[in-house]
Amino acid sequence: MAKSNKPIVWGPFAAGGTLTAFLTPALVLLTLLAALGHAPDLLAYERLHALASHWFAKLVAAGIVFLSLWSAAHRLRITAYDLGVRADTLVATVLYAATLACTGAAIYYLLKI
Amino acid sequence: MSRKPYERAITSEWIFRHPRYVRYMVREFSCLFIGGWTLLMVWGLKQLSEGPAAWAAFLELLKSPASIAFHLLTLAFAAYHSVTWFNLTPKALPLQVGEEFVPDWVIAGAHYAGWAVLSSIILALAI
Repeated sequence: MAKSNKPIVWGPFAAGGTLTAFLTPALVLLTLLAALGHAPDLLAYERLHALASHWFAKLVAAGIVFLSLWSAAHRLRITAYDLGVRADTLVATVLYAATLACTGAAIYYLLKI
Repeated sequence: MSRKPYERAITSEWIFRHPRYVRYMVREFSCLFIGGWTLLMVWGLKQLSEGPAAWAAFLELLKSPASIAFHLLTLAFAAYHSVTWFNLTPKALPLQVGEEFVPDWVIAGAHYAGWAVLSSIILALAI
């Protein structure tokens, strides 16, 4: 029977695509407000630090980082192929590895909070 | 014996052959902004873990003109991703009730409504 790892890479892509569709615009709006000098209350150090100290918030944050990065990496891989980059195995390996590394870094920082 | 297999030229000019292909590529490029913004948030987590001074420096970094431009582009691309994603959902997850399929606009509309409610909750809680 032919084996395929497509479901493994596609599952987090679909989950991340859905998650970013629902959450990312509102979250970007929050940091955009901060960029414009009107930082929302949530981004005050004490409040955000207190929130990020809770284990459940850490779990949610790590999940959002992983799924957002994975879906972006998967899309970038497909786009690279569309634009004529045919070294798909190399592109996929680099992008997925970078996603895992950055997610690992995010988990490390979350655990330090 | 010599073989000379045909090798198709690899180009990317096809993108501009039809507006639909351009819209497709615009959607695909949203990944650079959503991914880039997420990496910026990972950097924010690092700064948050290092204390109030590091966090203040991060907020200051956000205020740079490059950051403002990046945020505006990211907001536009992220919203475009949301719209295209919700419009595709009825194709990816057709829903059958009895003999009939639920119309596409109902499924997409339910997602738009959920998007509006979730975004409102996030903004209300954060501001």
